[in-house]
Amino acid sequence: MTLFWQILIDGFAISSLYALGATGFALIFGVSGVLNLSHGALMVAAVVAAWAAGADLHTGPYAGAAIGVAVGFALSLLTYFVVVQPLQRTRKIREEEKEIFILTATLLWGIMIQQLIAYLYTDNAKTVDPIVQGVVSVAGVRTPANEFFTAIICWLVIALLWLLVNRTRAGKAVLAASMNPRGVTLLGVELSRIYVAIWAIYGLLVGIAGVLLGMFLGVSSYSAGPLTASAFAIVVLGGLGSVPGALIAAYVVGYLETVTAYLISPAYRTIPALLLLVAVMYVRPRGLLGRR
Amino acid sequence: MKRTDRRGMRAPILATLSAGAAVAVLSLATPAFAQANDPIKIGVIAEATAVAGSSIPQAAQLAADEINAAGGVNGRKIQIVSYDDHSTAPEAVRAFQRAVSQDHVNAVIASYISEVVLALEPWAGRLKTVTVTPGAASDVITQNIAKDYDHLKYMFHGYATSTSIADATCAAAKDLLVGQLHMKSAVVMSEDAAWTTPLDVEYLKCLPQIGLKVLDHIRFSPDTTDFTPIFNKIEGEKPDVIITGISHVGVQPTVQWKQQEVPIPMFGVSSQATNSSFWNDTNGATEGVLFQGFSGPDVAVTPKTLPFVQAFVKRFGNTPSYCGYTAYDEVYYIADAIKRAGSTDPDKLVDALEKTDYVGTIGRVEFKGRDTANPHALKIGPQTITGLMLQWQNGKQVNLWPANVANGKVKFPPFIKVGSAD
Repeated sequence: MTLFWQILIDGFAISSLYALGATGFALIFGVSGVLNLSHGALMVAAVVAAWAAGADLHTGPYAGAAIGVAVGFALSLLTYFVVVQPLQRTRKIREEEKEIFILTATLLWGIMIQQLIAYLYTDNAKTVDPIVQGVVSVAGVRTPANEFFTAIICWLVIALLWLLVNRTRAGKAVLAASMNPRGVTLLGVELSRIYVAIWAIYGLLVGIAGVLLGMFLGVSSYSAGPLTASAFAIVVLGGLGSVPGALIAAYVVGYLETVTAYLISPAYRTIPALLLLVAVMYVRPRGLLGRR
Repeated sequence: MKRTDRRGMRAPILATLSAGAAVAVLSLATPAFAQANDPIKIGVIAEATAVAGSSIPQAAQLAADEINAAGGVNGRKIQIVSYDDHSTAPEAVRAFQRAVSQDHVNAVIASYISEVVLALEPWAGRLKTVTVTPGAASDVITQNIAKDYDHLKYMFHGYATSTSIADATCAAAKDLLVGQLHMKSAVVMSEDAAWTTPLDVEYLKCLPQIGLKVLDHIRFSPDTTDFTPIFNKIEGEKPDVIITGISHVGVQPTVQWKQQEVPIPMFGVSSQATNSSFWNDTNGATEGVLFQGFSGPDVAVTPKTLPFVQAFVKRFGNTPSYCGYTAYDEVYYIADAIKRAGSTDPDKLVDALEKTDYVGTIGRVEFKGRDTANPHALKIGPQTITGLMLQWQNGKQVNLWPANVANGKVKFPPFIKVGSAD
């Protein structure tokens, strides 16, 4: 019975984190059609910034976390303005080829960030000092309070995002842009401003997800690739561009991994989720809630 | 498909071969001049962005500069040529080939990753170049030499083998865990890597011998990020201690051990814990972690240890990693062997290195003979290299064992429960 609760709690925390990480990734793709392969590197940058603030500048956990989120935010906007926007606007590349150019550019950008982090801070793993310390006992399971904190913050941020998209005018414009970009421009909304807005939102999501990941599990510069891959897998499983799909897929993947780790072996943790992804690709290529 | 490929390849291969032959002829013609006052070149292959790896070229350079300041070797200076292999075997092999064929190094100091060193070993034989590893541990490196001595004799193992490390850990566990803390049972927890295979075999053999019953043996993937299930399983088995074999991972299991307040001490090999930056990397979660090492800050293993550490800190601003100590010693004993051999001829150099008897920073360096199961492995034991057992306490690495160089006592954070401690 303890094992059941253990899996339930541990799986929930990790799934919530996956959900938050994948939400931003899905949002960017849904609205602007950009698959941002520097996703993992941006998360790692946020973690390392939060860690460095704590270890080198002795800022304390709150300021450290804030610095981490700020770096994620700033790097996201930098990614948009330096890497994505010039490619979207150029006339030198044919329209139908732009997607693959942006894909490649973000991949290279991610590698550059990853190597820079490794150069400056080595490729050893880093962890962020948790804001909430200590353990709590729930149903006989001794769980770090930080796991609950992680899940709560993740859901708070996702709820805020939902409110923003569904209850505000700006959010509705973003939603409309994801459905019909041309239609939105006809209504007098500037598409480029929507792009800036979603990259800003994405930056916050990436920063928060990164810092929480750093507090919960820790990352090294090597994690950049696997983090992008896991966000990508979750988003593909959920249906490309569908945020609710990504949320469901995050829980499917998170629990599948946790159950495997507990009941079979931690060594095989990621395998069933990847098999599931292959199976879904066969049976339902557009993913769980995919529109296209 | 294959056939056209091959045909297409033939011309470049011929060109390469003839160019190679030309280079060979040229290099055969030059040694007579090269000997006189050209520098002795030592290639250093390591991952510069890893904490363990970055110390290797730095320490080698420090040793070279010291030797050069004292007049060099037979009037020749030592020159260090560094290559970054990003700890991958293909890049290391390419670096090795470049070092030997283009840069004409006389010896190579390479990598602390067993998988990488095992990939370099046949190349050391093919290119007849003395190669010493400052940090890899797999026993297979020297077992290969035993199997094919004539070809692989150019490889030297400048760090303890996994079996020796397990034995050193057991020796410390006997005094500290069984003797002082009266522990009776253990779970072995190791990452799945080449170096831990012989380590675990020896752990499972030596732990029962010192009186620690092994309740379980867990091997996990080095990609593991969430250690909760592993610690949970271990806690359910109620051992007195977790005996570790970790090197590729370190920060994550340590931080999660503390966050989850796993009430069982960790004791054993935890290579990343030997780095001085480990306290910061884990935000202090490493408090109470016990780790095997061959060197430690403020531990005067030999009269050379502390002067080396001081010189290193002064020059590079941080303390050397475990591979820094060995890389520093390696430059010295390679130089010493060249001096004794009176030449950089690889076969003469191998003979001279086999006779090495050099007191370095981690103890007295002597290699096992060609008739043993592990030729060219370091001799480990009370007369040569003993090893240490250290513990992180309040941001410092404190040495607890052996008693003659200990500077502290075992101390655990409050969440650790040591049942029958006295």
